[in-house]
Amino acid sequence: MLYNVENFASHFFVLGDPLIYGADVSIVLVSLAIVFVLTYYKKWGWLWREWLTTVDHKKIGIMYMIAALLMLFRGGVDAILMRTQLIMPNMPFLKAQHYNEIFTTHGTIMILFMAMPFIFAMMNIAVPLQIGARDVAFPYLNAISFWLFFFAAMLLNLSFVIGGSPDAGWTSYAPLAGLTFDKGPGENYYLLALQITGIGSMATGINFFVTIMKMRAPGMTLMRMPLFTWSILAACIIIIFAFPPLTAALTLLLMDRLAGAHFFTIFDGGNPMMYVNMFWMWGHPEVYIVVLPAFGVFSEVVATFSKKRTFGYASMVASLIAIAVISFFTWVHHFFTMGAGPGVNSFFAVATMIIAIPTGVKVFNWLFTMYQGRIRTKLPMLWAIAFIPNFAIGGASGVMLAVAPADYQFHNSYFLVAHFHQVLIGGVVFGMLAGMYYWWPKMFGFMLNERLGRIAFWFFNIGFYVCFLPQYWLGWMGMTRRIYTYLPGMGWTFWNIISTFGAYLMGVGFVFIVLQILYSIRYGERDLTGDPWDGRTLEWSLPSPVPHYNFARIPEVTGRDAWWTMKEAKQKGEMQPELEPLKPIHMPNDSGRPFILSVLFFIFGFGMVFTWYPMAAVAFIGILLSLILRSFEYDTDHTLSVDEIRRTEAAYGRV
Amino acid sequence: MAMADSFVKSQGSQSVPLEYTHEEDALRIFGFWIFLATDLLLFASLFATYSVLYRHVGHGPGPLQIFDITGFSAETFILLTSSFTCGLATYSMHRGQKAAMMAWMIVTILLGVSFISLELSEFASDIARGATLQTSAFLSAFFTLVGTHGAHVSFGIVWMTLILIQLAIHGLTPTTARKAFIVSLYWHFLDVVWIFIFTIVYLLGVMS
Ligand code: HEM
Ligand SMILES: [Cu+2]
Repeated sequence: MLYNVENFASHFFVLGDPLIYGADVSIVLVSLAIVFVLTYYKKWGWLWREWLTTVDHKKIGIMYMIAALLMLFRGGVDAILMRTQLIMPNMPFLKAQHYNEIFTTHGTIMILFMAMPFIFAMMNIAVPLQIGARDVAFPYLNAISFWLFFFAAMLLNLSFVIGGSPDAGWTSYAPLAGLTFDKGPGENYYLLALQITGIGSMATGINFFVTIMKMRAPGMTLMRMPLFTWSILAACIIIIFAFPPLTAALTLLLMDRLAGAHFFTIFDGGNPMMYVNMFWMWGHPEVYIVVLPAFGVFSEVVATFSKKRTFGYASMVASLIAIAVISFFTWVHHFFTMGAGPGVNSFFAVATMIIAIPTGVKVFNWLFTMYQGRIRTKLPMLWAIAFIPNFAIGGASGVMLAVAPADYQFHNSYFLVAHFHQVLIGGVVFGMLAGMYYWWPKMFGFMLNERLGRIAFWFFNIGFYVCFLPQYWLGWMGMTRRIYTYLPGMGWTFWNIISTFGAYLMGVGFVFIVLQILYSIRYGERDLTGDPWDGRTLEWSLPSPVPHYNFARIPEVTGRDAWWTMKEAKQKGEMQPELEPLKPIHMPNDSGRPFILSVLFFIFGFGMVFTWYPMAAVAFIGILLSLILRSFEYDTDHTLSVDEIRRTEAAYGRV
Repeated sequence: MAMADSFVKSQGSQSVPLEYTHEEDALRIFGFWIFLATDLLLFASLFATYSVLYRHVGHGPGPLQIFDITGFSAETFILLTSSFTCGLATYSMHRGQKAAMMAWMIVTILLGVSFISLELSEFASDIARGATLQTSAFLSAFFTLVGTHGAHVSFGIVWMTLILIQLAIHGLTPTTARKAFIVSLYWHFLDVVWIFIFTIVYLLGVMS
């Protein structure tokens, strides 16, 4: 009996690694601290009422952002561990298996649990405000999306202390990730966590597509929409088309692992390359899902901080659409070495290179917007300017990789690692940080400290080049990705030392961002105007933080840069249109069910990971029950009276 | 949306169908169309998998050995009919005839149940002959594609039953009309998918 318990525990919990024990201790301590603080300050009710049950897109956006920053920290720690292991040849720091698990969770977390929630954060916070809407089309579904993402992230993170982490790379290629070569529960964690968060992402794509298509304020035609909203529309279209193949690929691989099917096995007719194809049919569009919103942020930031209209608005829109469409015809560039033949490889090589054209158009438009503008290098603008050279280099190395014959050399080398970090960090992370700095005052009503932000910026930026430029050289010298160590005689040592040093600098940069936020929460300058940057789009017409119904009166839009036009009209002393009388507003009720539903999904996923089917079945029935309960719920919204609206507006000093 | 437009036109007046009277309901219907697009793409991925793998029979039986022509013809006939009766339910709804609408929904549900029973017995006889999900890539792809459709139909049966109960409780209101309309869209969609299964899986299977 005792032996059985011991045996079970030693497989269930990950044992024997001091790093993991450290993690165990810190997880327990942090959880206890959270419980203690919430109980001590009697904040449980507040947490439930204000956050866990909210369907307000602005609060959901804030929760996405906090979660994304936490995941950036987790993925960043992974990165630091890996770079420490690689600093010297034959480092005894991480074992091979441990290294495999870390690069897998690092990649998975950074893409799906950092980049994705960060763009969802920005779109939740800004899109309804930019188009003059009171909420998204489906607020309840929006809450479900968030909690599904959140609990999927918890599920994946649980793996490193319970059962062991996935270790077949963030791409989880079959047959390596199949049952034959990968017994443990780790891969199941990967498959279920991605599936659960994928449902949420798909719902968000539909939600924001409908919101943008159907809920724009009167007068806001498509060609008058802010470019950030355009970028989100493009990203949503990609989500809608790209996620289904991923859902299918994950399901089929899970069937192989749990039900003994033969989709991607080597025997009995399975075809592993089918998985690779389906994965990248989602995977390549996915990189545009995360980078287009970053482009959108840069468009807003560059126009605002240059005090100019965006140069070439129509060509900006056209290139977003072009990128969205072409992104579906490039997936094979991730495996030219499959050997599909010169015809196929040429097609995908050329399609990949063509994407550089609309991207180049956008870069030139940003530059022309800045040209002769009155540039203010506030934090958002700083990150936007830094993005441009970064993305130019990353794009150029991308075109090099697109040359199919050359890719036979570059493939899976550190050249590739340098390339994708350059576009993912230089594009997505810089973009999301710019967006965070830009909309922070809108979210919270106070400003972030500039000085600490600048220190963070320089550490992160310089650290970036120091870390990743050497990796281009390392790739040329033959260093392949996903290796946990190397021999002294390879000539790689020098550049690896430099690279690791750069990673530490970026770590310092991240610490300064955290310090900046903590410092500003206490000492940050309050913003009472609601428009601290002298903005151009409608979100800046509202007080900060925005009242939960957003607009007391839905604005009339007469042109692009709607808020700028209104301000100009006011300055010229033009006749202001008569204010319409306030009307009662319809608002959706808060609900705890999205949270509970997602907890059930978590339990379902956990049961499936360990093939404890009774547990999974109970949770599944719970999921169905909560869907049924929702179907029978008819009292789903309430009305705000004119009095209440007037009181809220008066409190902001706007009547 | 196109359907709604033509409906409005054919009425020749300004009247909007019941399910479109509230803006929130119109939004949900539009959203559901988009959801159907994603679901269609999910099926497209499964079809692609099936097309790649259907000759990979390994040591197991091929399509000719397991497909039962009368069985799948009956399934097809029943499902197509159920789509028709589902359409009649929507038609009655638009004429405000609640009783007829509910009756047609019940017929649809019953047809759905008989479709699922036939499909399950087909699967059971395959398995009894040793043709299981684990036998070969072809069978994995077959059971998954057809089974995913079957799971959708089963879900649709439960869903339509729930809407039926709500119609009985609340009567025909813009909300219940919207719900009934959405579930009918779902049902027709499954019919469309089945037509592809019928041609790509069954017809091509018995012809090869
Ligand atoms: C903060 C600085 C970062 C550093 C120092 C860093 C470092 C690394 C390292 C050392 C690897 C493993 C290379 C290998 O052994 O093959 C890696 C892999 C990877 N990283 Fe990062 N990374 C950083 C940020 C990011 C970000 C922000 C993203 C995405 C948004 C990202 C996405 C990936 C992916 C997808 C992989 C591939 C994982 C795999 O091979 O399966 N990284 N990174
Ligand atoms: Cu790609």
